[in-house]
Amino acid sequence: MRMLSELEDGEGMDSVLRTLARDLDVLLGGDRVITDPVRLRTYECDGLTNHRATPGIVVLPDSAEQVAGVVRECVRAGVPYVARGSGTGLSGGALPRTDGVLIVTSRMRRILEIDIPNQRAVVEPGVINLDVTRAVRADGYYFAPDPSSQQICSVGGNVAENSGGAHCLKYGFTAHHVLACEVVTPDGEIVELAADGPGYDLLGVFVGAEGTLGITTKITVRLTRVPQTVQTLLAAFESIEAGGRAVSAIIGAGVVPAAIEMMDALSIEAAEAAVNCAYPPGAGAVLIVELDGPEPEVAAQFADVERLCRDAGAFEIRIAADDAERALIWKGRKSAFAAVGRISPAYIVQDGVIPRTALPQVLARIDALSAESGVRVANVFHAGDGNLHPLVLFDDAEPGAAERAEEVSGAILDLCIEHGGSITGEHGVGVDKARYMPRMFTEADLDTMQMVRCGFDPGGLCNPGKVFPTPRLCGEVPGVRKGPHPFEGKADLF
Amino acid sequence: MATSAKALDALAAVCGDVRPGEPEEGVLGVEPALVAAPSSVDEAAGVMRVAAALGLAVVPRGGETRLDWGAPPARCDLLVDTRRLDALLEHTSGDLVVSAQAGMPMERLAEVLAERGQRLALDVPLPGSTVGGTIATAAAGPLRTLYGTPRNLVIGLTIVRADGQVARSGGKVVKNVAGYDLGRLFCGSFGTLGLIVEATFRLHPVPAARAWVTRDVDGPKQAYEAVQAVLHSPVAASAVEYIGPGKVAVLLEGVPDGLSLRARTTAGLLGGDAEIGGDPPAGWGRYPDGTTLIDVTAPPTALPDLLATAGTAVTWNGDGHGHVGLPAGSPPDVAVRLLGALRDVLGAHRGGAVVRYAPEDVREAVDAWGPVPALALMRRVKDQFDPDHRLSPGRFVGGIR
Ligand SMILES: Cc1cc2nc3c(=O)[nH]c(=O)nc-3n(C[C@H](O)[C@H](O)[C@H](O)COP(=O)(O)OP(=O)(O)OC[C@H]3O[C@@H](n4cnc5c(N)ncnc54)[C@H](O)[C@@H]3O)c2cc1C
Repeated sequence: MRMLSELEDGEGMDSVLRTLARDLDVLLGGDRVITDPVRLRTYECDGLTNHRATPGIVVLPDSAEQVAGVVRECVRAGVPYVARGSGTGLSGGALPRTDGVLIVTSRMRRILEIDIPNQRAVVEPGVINLDVTRAVRADGYYFAPDPSSQQICSVGGNVAENSGGAHCLKYGFTAHHVLACEVVTPDGEIVELAADGPGYDLLGVFVGAEGTLGITTKITVRLTRVPQTVQTLLAAFESIEAGGRAVSAIIGAGVVPAAIEMMDALSIEAAEAAVNCAYPPGAGAVLIVELDGPEPEVAAQFADVERLCRDAGAFEIRIAADDAERALIWKGRKSAFAAVGRISPAYIVQDGVIPRTALPQVLARIDALSAESGVRVANVFHAGDGNLHPLVLFDDAEPGAAERAEEVSGAILDLCIEHGGSITGEHGVGVDKARYMPRMFTEADLDTMQMVRCGFDPGGLCNPGKVFPTPRLCGEVPGVRKGPHPFEGKADLF
Repeated sequence: MATSAKALDALAAVCGDVRPGEPEEGVLGVEPALVAAPSSVDEAAGVMRVAAALGLAVVPRGGETRLDWGAPPARCDLLVDTRRLDALLEHTSGDLVVSAQAGMPMERLAEVLAERGQRLALDVPLPGSTVGGTIATAAAGPLRTLYGTPRNLVIGLTIVRADGQVARSGGKVVKNVAGYDLGRLFCGSFGTLGLIVEATFRLHPVPAARAWVTRDVDGPKQAYEAVQAVLHSPVAASAVEYIGPGKVAVLLEGVPDGLSLRARTTAGLLGGDAEIGGDPPAGWGRYPDGTTLIDVTAPPTALPDLLATAGTAVTWNGDGHGHVGLPAGSPPDVAVRLLGALRDVLGAHRGGAVVRYAPEDVREAVDAWGPVPALALMRRVKDQFDPDHRLSPGRFVGGIR
C-alpha cells in the first residue's frame, strides 16, 4: 500500500485528483489545498500508526461553507473524503484515502459563543477539548468529556468517536454533552441536528458514527458546573482480585464515584520506570477512586469508600490533600500507555469492555492467555464501567512477535464478547476493528445500522471502509452521480 | 391489502393472540382492522413478516398512554400490542444494568429494581406507560435535569424491522462505541422506524434520602432568578422545575447527612420563603392540565418569555424543556395563535414548540410540528427503514410516511 502511494506521487497525481485539486484551489483560495507529497505524508496516519496511507489531497477549510463546497466537489468527481481533527484517534478512523481528499479541521478552532446562563458553548470542530474548559473555567464550568488526549484532541473528533474519559462513569460520554451539531451532509447540504428538536434524533446516531455520516462544522456543547469539592484516594492491594472486590463493594454500596481506575503490577512497573510516580511498593494492583460533588455529600461517601477499600484488603491508602497531590496520584495512571514503551519496544493498546462483575474471570483468562502464548499483557482499566485497556507487549524486531501479539489482542476481544461485552468502549471501530464487528453483531444487525448510512450517504463517499466490514448496497441512489473511480481497475487499495 | 380474514389466518399462524380490532381501539379515530399481541420476539418477528408480505400498515401499541400523541395514522391495518411482551429479561444489579421487554410497564420495572436498591432514572409522567412506549416517545420528567432522557439511559435495543428482521444495537455494557447507536435513533421515533421489542438500560442506585425545596414566585423575573441561582450553584440538584402557576421546586438526592445542609443552601439560593419538605409539591412530574399539550424546547434564558407567553398551565425543567396546556374547549384559533406566539418567542432562543395531543378541531387547525430542520434527511432515513411506508405512516413529523 505504501509503495503504491509513493508510486502515484512519483508519477504525478491521478488526473481526476489533479483536476479536483485545481477546482478545490479555486474554491478555497489561499494556502488551503495541499498536494505536495512531503506535506501530504504528515497526514498519513492517526494515533493508530500501523495503518498508513498518504492522502490524495489535503484541504484546510476555515468555514462550514468551505467544507460544504469541498464535499460537493468530491461528490461531483466521485472521490471519497475523510474528515480529520487532531489525528489522535486510536482506531484508524481518520486514516486517509490515497484516492481521496482529507478534510482537516485545524483551521476551524474558534469558540463562537459562551452562554453561561444556558450552560452551553458553541465551538468549531477543530477546537481542542481542553480549550473549551479553559474558556469557561473562570465561570465555574467545564466541558465534561475528558479523554486522556484532551490536551490535543478536537471536539469534532470527540463527537465522531463519542469519546469518554475516566470521569464518564459519572458524567457520561460526549453524546450526553452535545446539544446540537451543524453538519455538512454527504450531499453537501448544511443542516442542524439537535438533541431536542422535532423529528428523529439524528444527532443521537451522528455522535459516535466515526465521521461516516457527515462532517460536523459547529457544535453546541453542554457545560457542566464544576463540583464543589473533589476527593481522591489511591489504594494499594496485593492482587487484582482484592482490588476488584473493593470496586464491587463501592458500587454495591450505592456510591457513584466520578472515577474508579485500576492498574496491575506490570503497568505500575512501567509507570514507575517512566514517571516515577512512587506508588506503594509491592502492590499487585492500585485503585484510584475519585468522588466529586457537594462537600457534605462527598465527605460522607468518601469515608465509606476508604473503609470499603480497607475491608477488601488495601494495605496502603493515600488521600490527596490538595490538587498537587491529586495530580501525583493521577500521574502514573495518565502516563500508563506511553510508559509501557519503557518496558517493551512495541505494544498494542486494546480497548474492550466487559460487564464489571465479570472482571475477575476475564482477568484470570487474560493471565492464562498471556502465560500460554508467552506474550506479556499489562492491564490498565476503567474499573467502574468494565472498560479494559490491556496493553499487549511485543518486540517488533523479533520475527512473528507482532503476529502473536495481534492474536492475543484478538483473543482478548473474543473474551469480552463471550462475557457479553463490547469490542470497543471508547476508541471506536475505525479500520482497526471493522473485521471484529461480525463477532459482536449479526449480519442483520450490521445491515440495519447501515440503513442509517444509506439514508445519509447513499453514494458511500463519506469516510468509506470504516466501522463496517462490508458496505451495504444502498439501492437506487437518487440525485447522486458518481464519476469513474479514480483508481478503477488499477488496484484494490483497502 | 388482503382481506382481513386471510390476514387474520396468516397472523394466527405465527402469533398466539390475534383478533379483529374493536371500534374503540382506534388510533386517533383510525380503527385497526386487526390486533396482534405477540408474546415473544419470535412471534413479533413473525407478525411483522406477515404484515410485510401482506402489505399491512402497522402501528405499535404499548400502555396506550400516548397513543393519542402525534397525528392519526394514514392507515392502520394492524395494531401490534406489546402487552404480552412484558418479561424482565435480566437484572444484573452488580453491573447496574437491566434488560426488559418492550411491553413491561415502567412502574413494574421500578418495583423490581427497587428490591435491590436501584432505579431507572426516568420519571413516569403518565402511569401505565411501558418501556417501549417510553423510548418511542422519549418520555422523561423532572429527573432529566441530572440524568437526561431515554437517549442517555438506553444502552441496548432490539427491534423488529418493517421486513420482520430482528436487529440489535448497543449491548449490555454502559460503555460501548461499537457500531451506530440505534438506541438513540429510536428514542422519540414514535413507532415509525421499527417495532421496539427489548431494551437494556443503565441504572442508578436509589438515593438514600431526598428533599424538595420549593418557593412561590411572583412573575417571570422572579422565577428566572430563582432558577438561575440554583442552576449555577454546586448543590447538584437532581431536578429543577417550574410548576405553573408560580412555583419553583428543586429536588435534591443523596446521603442523609449531606442532604439537610444542601437543602438549607438551596433554600437560601431560591430566596423568598422557600420551604424544605420530604414530599414532592403538587403537580410535580405531571403534565399541565388541559386537553391540548404543547411540548416546548426553551433554554433557561427563555423561561421569562415562555411564562409571559404561555399563561399559567406551564411546567418547565432546568434542562431547557417544558410543557404548556390548553383547557378543554379552547377555540382552534386560540391554539393557533398561542402556538405561533410560542414559536416566535422561543425561536429567538433557538427553541421551539410541538403539539403532542389536542382535540380534533385544534389538531386540524394547527401545524403540530412547526419547522423541522433536516426533514429531508429524516425522510431518507425513514425510507431506508420503511421503504413501503407501512410503519405508523403519517403519525410523525412532516407527515412522514
Ligand atoms: C494518548 C491518547 C490517549 C487517548 N485517550 C482516550 C480516552 O481516554 N478516551 C477516548 O475516548 N479516546 C482516547 N483517545 C482517542 C482519541 O483521542 C479520541 O478518539 C479523540 O476524540 C479523537 O479526536 P481527534 O480530533 O484526534 O480526531 P481524529 O483522530 O482526527 O478523528 C477521529 C475520527 O473522527 C472523525 N472526525 C474528525 N473530525 C470530524 C468532524 N468535524 N466531523 C465528523 N467527523 C470527524 C474522523 O474522520 C475519524 O473517524 C486517546 C488517544 C491518544 C493518542
